[in-house]
Amino acid sequence: MGDRGQEGLSAPVLEVRGVTKAFGSNEVLHGVDLSVAEHQAVALIGASGSGKSTLLRCIDLLVEIDDGDIFLDGEVITDPSVDAVSIRRRLGLVFQAYNLFPHLTALQNVVLGDRYAHGASREEARERAGRLFARFGLEGREDERPDDLSGGQQQRVAIARAFAGRPRALLLDEVTSALDPELVGEVLQAVRDLKEEGVTMLIATHEMSFAREVADLVAFLHEGRILELGPPDRVLVDPERPETKRFLRRLLEAGRV
Amino acid sequence: MTASEATLGRRAARETAKRRRARRGQAIAAVSSLIVIGGLIALAVTSPGWPTVRDTFFSWSAFKDSFPDVAKAFWLDIKMFCVIEAAVLVVGMVVALVRTSQAAALFPLRLLAAVFVDVFRGVPVILLVYLVGFGIPALELSGLPSDPIILGGVALTLSYSAYVAEVYRSGIASIHRGQRDAALAIGLTEGQALRHVILPQAVRRVGPPLLNDFIALQKDVALVSILGVVEAFRQAQIISSSTFNYTALVGAALLYLCVTIPLSRVLDRWGIGGRRV
Repeated sequence: MGDRGQEGLSAPVLEVRGVTKAFGSNEVLHGVDLSVAEHQAVALIGASGSGKSTLLRCIDLLVEIDDGDIFLDGEVITDPSVDAVSIRRRLGLVFQAYNLFPHLTALQNVVLGDRYAHGASREEARERAGRLFARFGLEGREDERPDDLSGGQQQRVAIARAFAGRPRALLLDEVTSALDPELVGEVLQAVRDLKEEGVTMLIATHEMSFAREVADLVAFLHEGRILELGPPDRVLVDPERPETKRFLRRLLEAGRV
Repeated sequence: MTASEATLGRRAARETAKRRRARRGQAIAAVSSLIVIGGLIALAVTSPGWPTVRDTFFSWSAFKDSFPDVAKAFWLDIKMFCVIEAAVLVVGMVVALVRTSQAAALFPLRLLAAVFVDVFRGVPVILLVYLVGFGIPALELSGLPSDPIILGGVALTLSYSAYVAEVYRSGIASIHRGQRDAALAIGLTEGQALRHVILPQAVRRVGPPLLNDFIALQKDVALVSILGVVEAFRQAQIISSSTFNYTALVGAALLYLCVTIPLSRVLDRWGIGGRRV
């Protein structure tokens, strides 16, 4: 294999270059640069309102960026000529508030995308969804409505739903923030398992100990910019920037570390 | 007496008191209903005109003579109601979908849909029936229907579709943004998101207001009588004007109630028990 092939292999799965986004006069992202390599888990930390959610939504093309570029497997996806639907089919996004479809059963939630976005047959999609239920410890919950499940179960169904489309990368948007404290563990375990299987992930999170354990890299987002990027042991233990130090201190005072 | 026996004793006392209160409530309700309803009946029956009213509105023999004809004519109401209702559900949905669409290319259609709702919701139903029923045949265009049943049905469809479109639209607007986001995130197109995620939830949510409009439509079918269609109300009117007895109209009213009351009970149950979306 030549150089070109080598290059193709090492290209990051996700690459964000100089992305800016403003909602009216509220500038949320001011030129974000970030990349996530294959099998890597990158944790995105920062205060509420720092732009974490917006960045994930921009990557999944739910929000149109103002400037910059985003690449998926080396291919630009933020060009207006690119079909957003086909890109979203290659990514998975898990929401903070689960956003399960309340009129469908848990299993149907997972089956829907596989059937209609990926063209799987009913049987195929149900079988695959069944396997995901087993994998995320949801056996026996297939026919229950989301409202009848605990928050932790709902979020695991949501992860299974995002994963059912066999995405190149999984985007997790503070997936434990809406959960009661005793339910956080089971969802984090699901993410930990995904990491062990080598799933490429970009994880916006407030769980610093989890970020330290699972992430290969931690990116600190502050006022719409990545101020610090590095291995968790450095960024979370010995940060260089005063903003990062202040942020971590505040979390420590709130008992969140 | 142990502590647990004391607790049991107190609990039993509380249960008895609760039962006694409930019984007393029921007794009060029964007595007051008897007084109110009995009073109203007494007021009507003792009024100076009661003998005349009884003979012209509640005559058993007139009821027996007229009811079969009125009931037969009511069958037309039922048929019209069913066909118009089906048309309203479809037209209303189309108008609602056009109004909630985002595509720039659909702007002229969106404008048309908005005008449709404004006009047909804003004109009194009886006026609409009149205008369509007499206006369309007056155009003398070949190919247009001239049957008053069809024209009356069209008028009612236009009016009720405008209402139902707005009911659907409010349902669609009430579905949280996150549902659309999640549908798009799993790779559905906008159309698939609407079809599989938004609409099923929206329609479920607007069930009660839709049924409310059904009930109103069921009664308004009688308005086509002004075009000369002999449905239940018109039939009863014909009979009363030839016999000088209005019992046939009371019979017609009973027939409408036979349909609207069960629909109302379904609505009640839906409203209270069916909050599950």
